[in-house]
Amino acid sequence: MTEELIIAGFGGQGVLSMGKILAYSGVMEDKEVSWMPSYGPEQRGGTSNVTVIISDERICSPIISKYDTAIVLNQQSLDKFESTVKPGGLLIYDPNGITHEPTRKDINIYKIAATEKAQEMGISKVFNMVVLGGFLKLKPIVGSEFIHKGLEKSLPARHHNLIPQNEEAIEIGKGLIEAVHTL
Amino acid sequence: MAKELKLMKGNEAIARAMIASGTDGYFGYPITPQSEVMETLMAEKPWETTGMVVLQAESELASINMVYGGAATGKKVATSSSSPGISLMQEGLTYLAGAEIPCVIMNAMRGGPGLGTIQPAQSDYFQSVKGGGHGDYQLYTIAPSSVQEMYDFVFDAWDIAFKYRNPVLILTDGAIGQCMEKCYTRDYIPRWTEEERRKNAPWGTWGKPATRSHNIITSLELESSRQEVFNQKLQAKYREMEEKEVRFEALNCEDADYIFVAYGTSARICMKSMELARAKGLKVGLLRLITLYPFPKKQIAEFAKKVKGMLCVEMSAGQMIEDVKLAANCSIPIEHYGRFGGIIPSPEEVLEAMEKEIIK
Amino acid sequence: MANLDIVKPENLVYTKTKVLTDNVMHYCPGCGHGTAHRIIAEVIDEMGIQDKTIGVSPVGCSVLAYNYFDVDFQEAAHGRAPAVATAIKRLNPDCFVFTYQGDGDLAAIGTAETIHAANRGENITMVFINNGIYGMTGGQMAPTTLVGMKSATTPYGRRVDLNGYPLRITELLATLPGTYYVTRQSVHTPGNVRKAKAAIRKAFENQKLGKGLSFVEICSSCNSGWKMTPVQANKWMEENMFPNYPLGDIKVDGKLCDNITADRLVLDHPLTVVNK
Repeated sequence: MTEELIIAGFGGQGVLSMGKILAYSGVMEDKEVSWMPSYGPEQRGGTSNVTVIISDERICSPIISKYDTAIVLNQQSLDKFESTVKPGGLLIYDPNGITHEPTRKDINIYKIAATEKAQEMGISKVFNMVVLGGFLKLKPIVGSEFIHKGLEKSLPARHHNLIPQNEEAIEIGKGLIEAVHTL
Repeated sequence: MAKELKLMKGNEAIARAMIASGTDGYFGYPITPQSEVMETLMAEKPWETTGMVVLQAESELASINMVYGGAATGKKVATSSSSPGISLMQEGLTYLAGAEIPCVIMNAMRGGPGLGTIQPAQSDYFQSVKGGGHGDYQLYTIAPSSVQEMYDFVFDAWDIAFKYRNPVLILTDGAIGQCMEKCYTRDYIPRWTEEERRKNAPWGTWGKPATRSHNIITSLELESSRQEVFNQKLQAKYREMEEKEVRFEALNCEDADYIFVAYGTSARICMKSMELARAKGLKVGLLRLITLYPFPKKQIAEFAKKVKGMLCVEMSAGQMIEDVKLAANCSIPIEHYGRFGGIIPSPEEVLEAMEKEIIK
Repeated sequence: MANLDIVKPENLVYTKTKVLTDNVMHYCPGCGHGTAHRIIAEVIDEMGIQDKTIGVSPVGCSVLAYNYFDVDFQEAAHGRAPAVATAIKRLNPDCFVFTYQGDGDLAAIGTAETIHAANRGENITMVFINNGIYGMTGGQMAPTTLVGMKSATTPYGRRVDLNGYPLRITELLATLPGTYYVTRQSVHTPGNVRKAKAAIRKAFENQKLGKGLSFVEICSSCNSGWKMTPVQANKWMEENMFPNYPLGDIKVDGKLCDNITADRLVLDHPLTVVNK
């Protein structure tokens, strides 16, 4: 098993930490992982993306140009990464702020209204976990017990009291994701 | 702290390895994409645990000269920077090499020339292995291609630095510095005791006891005949390193018709390209260089007898290829493929270059 | 020979300190470096810290200072001695660390290192030999060259419009909270040598307190660079250098001295010297 994915959105949407939690969960399940962020001026509030690879084998390049999955959380990211999904791959997007829907017919496309749901429930801080839940529903590449361990590892100890809230958000995400176009 | 598996950035690995390897001091100046080295050290506060000194200098000029001062006392002192900062350090590096001071320097390369870009590149190869500063000198130059190697090579660097009384350059790039991967940390090696320091660095400026004459750390020798003898001694040391300290990794080279030659991030990309090539039935291997100085001349010459062609892949306009061609004596087709200015080539385009330029 | 009869221990009135080596100094006759070296070495001897002292020499005439001091010594790149000394002291806090630098080294190419070491309050001693000229390279203009003063690169005298003002870095450093002791001395008369030695002693003793940087400027002559006899050079120094670079303590125990007024600290119009 090798899953190569990119998560992209605005700085502040928790793109990097979502990737980190997923990667740490992979480590807990004894898989090989890599987490490669875009860095630079993006850090200051522009767009931000991270490539995460989780695999049973040694990972070749942490930098790739084609992905099994793209999770995109704004229009720029959708425009930039829709074309990079491998044929037969998966595209997940949050419809919030999206004016041009994805158009490819050779990939599976799902949407998750995580922004809206998180605002409605007052859990905006764990918005990214709602999105992660949606992804894990479709591709359960790491078990939930390892997600728990991943959260423990990647969150500082002072935030461990927030782990149940994060897990709850993941469960919400699992119920929220809906198909737009499937092969 | 005991051995542990962690997910960490390459830059963080360098910092943690410095603490764990008993490093006495780190002096640095912030520059993207490696500022996490000093940030991690400052957050870890090793002065409260191992007694390691960490100081933010006013410039790279100052930080490398702090390394010069601290390391001259026989302590394990390190710094890190990225390309423009390393350019500023060249004066200090030639002094360190000229005074034969063991120390460790990390360069997380970014695209140039000039202020360039903050994205990863490998365009400081010439600067690293062909001098950089003035005079005939060499830095032992080692190129990690994973976060684990970033961590491990700090330990190796101290061994080499003190074995040869020579600065060691860990040459990496922004991609490996920023990438998070699994990393097995090691048990702490305690910092040297005062006795160990005096034993391991009898030449150091640690205060002259009545039992010895004063130690002088200098790279100055105004008498040309003596300066020539000193240069010969340096060259003999470099020949010994070339003989004994070459490191590389050959992947799928046994049956290969063609091989990629690359180091660091480029080597990681070539691993993927090699996988794609093998899936297409092409017998492609990868020679991943680990030491860039000393350069694996003999090994490349041997491979040149066995394979039909080599593609050198570098995130530069083609620097390492000069040494590969010389080593292979241009006996087979050897071409360069590179992207620069902060662009990382894709595994697909690298394979395409191999097919177009070498396999044909 | 008859005069050998008086060479007996009981007749000894002065001997070279053991902290100076027997190497013959390369300095020009009349130069202040030899005396400055001697008083530093004597202070090290008297304090009993030869085994704990690490010196840092500059690039300039005193580049070879390590040949004359019998203590561990490091030769720094041009201007970088304060950075070198910073790390030596930080990594070896029980050692006594001093830099010995000229005006080009300390106040031109190494200005950043000087100011930042002072501003960090490094617990080191900096000895600054100011002779208003680049001696070793052949008498070119230094940052401290006086207005009107001739040098190899100001053959018609230093011009403010072209070369700017003489840099009084000692006064500048005194304004930084990181400096604990700042003084200007000279070594051209026996009385001044005694005062300068007391200043050096204080600057070394201060390292035990850990309260910041101690800075001793020694306003000195360069008779070969100035193209004068040693006696002429000393007179010229008194008449021209001292009005621009007044002798005496500027800051003691972390406080500006009472006589150091704003006017004294900030010299609006540096005095112009008559071309020598």
